[in-house]
Amino acid sequence: MAKLMLLGDEAIAQAAIDSGLSGMYAYPGTPSTEIMEYIQSSEDAAEKGIHRDWSANEKTAMEAALGMSYTGKRAMVAMKHVGLNVAADGFINSAMTGVNGGLIVVAADDPSMHSSQNEQDSRFYGKFAYVPIFEPSNQQEAYDMIFDAYEVSEKYKVPVLFRITTRLAHSRSAVKQKKQLQQKEFSLPSDLRQFVLLPAIARRKYKVLLSNYESLASDVDYQTNNRYIDGEDKSLGIVACGLAYNYLAENCKDRGCKYPVVKIGFYPVREDILARLKAECEEILVLEEGFPVIEELMRGFPRSDNKIKGRLDGSLQRDGELNPNLVAKALGLRSGYGKDVPDIVRKRPPSLCKGCGHADMYNALNEALEEYGPGKVFSDIGCYTLGALPPYNAINSCVDMGASVTMAVGAADGGMFPSLAVIGDSTFTHSGMTGLLDAVIKNAHVTIIISDNLTTGMTGGQKSHATNRLESICAGLGVAKEHIRVINPLRKNHEANTAVMKEEIAYKGVSVIISRRECIQTAARRKKKER
Amino acid sequence: MKNDIILSGVGGQGILSIAAVIGYAAVENNLYLKQAEVHGMSQRGGDVQSHFRLADKPVASDLIPYGEADLILSVEPMEALRYLPWLSEDGWLVTNSNPFVNIPDYPDTGDLLDEISKVKNNLIVDADTIAKDTGSVRATNIVMLGAASHFIELPLESLENAIRKLFGRKGDEIIDLNLKALAAGREQYKP
Repeated sequence: MAKLMLLGDEAIAQAAIDSGLSGMYAYPGTPSTEIMEYIQSSEDAAEKGIHRDWSANEKTAMEAALGMSYTGKRAMVAMKHVGLNVAADGFINSAMTGVNGGLIVVAADDPSMHSSQNEQDSRFYGKFAYVPIFEPSNQQEAYDMIFDAYEVSEKYKVPVLFRITTRLAHSRSAVKQKKQLQQKEFSLPSDLRQFVLLPAIARRKYKVLLSNYESLASDVDYQTNNRYIDGEDKSLGIVACGLAYNYLAENCKDRGCKYPVVKIGFYPVREDILARLKAECEEILVLEEGFPVIEELMRGFPRSDNKIKGRLDGSLQRDGELNPNLVAKALGLRSGYGKDVPDIVRKRPPSLCKGCGHADMYNALNEALEEYGPGKVFSDIGCYTLGALPPYNAINSCVDMGASVTMAVGAADGGMFPSLAVIGDSTFTHSGMTGLLDAVIKNAHVTIIISDNLTTGMTGGQKSHATNRLESICAGLGVAKEHIRVINPLRKNHEANTAVMKEEIAYKGVSVIISRRECIQTAARRKKKER
Repeated sequence: MKNDIILSGVGGQGILSIAAVIGYAAVENNLYLKQAEVHGMSQRGGDVQSHFRLADKPVASDLIPYGEADLILSVEPMEALRYLPWLSEDGWLVTNSNPFVNIPDYPDTGDLLDEISKVKNNLIVDADTIAKDTGSVRATNIVMLGAASHFIELPLESLENAIRKLFGRKGDEIIDLNLKALAAGREQYKP
């Protein structure tokens, strides 16, 4: 079969197509975005009629995927780690309903927070929901494990969590393709109450879920993803989860590892191999990308057990992603180092593009707010979050998708005036609309600025659900028409735009200012295509 | 054989197209490779790098360990220096001399070039001018690849084939332009 050069994300996407996927659902989020993008641009996926549209948010994506599964077909939903928080209600309860067609939930974690607000470890969610988790170490495993994941999902009628991290998501390598499987036929669940979580039914189903979780820990078909690799030197035993295995292998070079190693790619992990490692080796080093999940499991109680080394005892740093040098140090190996970065090198943080509409919006906003003093603007997740940095220093929060609107409502309740929110168009339709409804219902004195660049900009310009709909959405939610103002953020309109902002800030009620100008990156790509 | 390369620049300068050319050439030579890229927030005018690892045996880590890069190929001079901890003792630093200034405290270019000259094996190339002279500033990246090609263990012919493949859809004129840029870059160093 053909060999392809794929990002980890793309390997997952190609594997999903090849294993008979019928529907792909997602909301863009680094580092998961390329999974959907790959399937959207795949001619093969188009010919096969695979559904592959962006969803409004991760929750709607999760539920749509569950609906696809209801019809007996294979579905996938992909999101960044914090997206799983948004989808959590659907995710946890999909474990309770179980699935009909295979369902894979891909969560792409971002240790070191390259492009995120925290580094939560999605493996906790897998345990929380009692669903199996796959954690590949490289692109080929990512591809192969998708096939396994669909199998296990259908065997146990349970959704499967597929956990990757940034480094694998965005690293490219050769992947050998397998023979393609056919899509599943339409077939309703054999029990039409399977998805009805009334308490009496849910109690019964929960017992099944718990018992399946026990069975998974000893299912030899899938426990092959967890391997005991023996070594002569028992002074140390190593557990390597997912990607961390690569850093171990890097440090062992061509000679192989002299210590016994348990390589983990599937959870729940069979206990016998971990027990054997703990019994045979003097010390254990646990290498995992993210939280000390296995480390805590092996440590048990008391926490002072010195035999287990890892992130908790300082052998590895407590936060941030691993790399070959950190692992070398934990192994007691000397690792190289070039020269220090010279002092002349300055930091170069990301910044708004030259000519970006968000910048003009912030310039007007800063002037409109001059008389009120700083600290009055909540904001959200997107390129415009860069408005927190100089030269704008314009916003005072970035918490989670949609929080700008609701925090502004709460702060207005707390006596803050003015109370503003700055939110992007796509973020607004993701999770800002419900908050705006709250504001309308209580007639909160807030001003909501929707900085509409007609795309989902930060993740590379995906289609925004808000495009051409913002005015009617806001009016439909009950914002007075005369307080839905549209401005064009250009330097030449600066004074007029500032005046509009001043007027709406003064209005005692809910006002929305839509600051609309196409993202200059998207515009450039569009013009290039049109040429 | 192993060839560990750090590609560096500023988000939007297109270091990934250099990576794509090396990638195609590596595949043609049946080599193993791993290439870690930066996507997302940093792409907005921030510093970006790609770890590119080529070998005749499977590559384990997606990231290059400190002190093991054989080459830093930078399309921007300050960004070239940011990755010195990765450069091996005998490694080469090949950089464009033209700064990309998007921060208020960007250092003096002369001082930067002085600092780069302190690196044992360095090659500073005025890629913008060379690209302009060969036909288009947009081929600056390929000029840089040409200059660095002496330190990449791939036949020149494979890089040329890769350019034909990468720019194939854009027509013969663009292919020729880039092949010229590659050749002009390569002339910047005589082994």
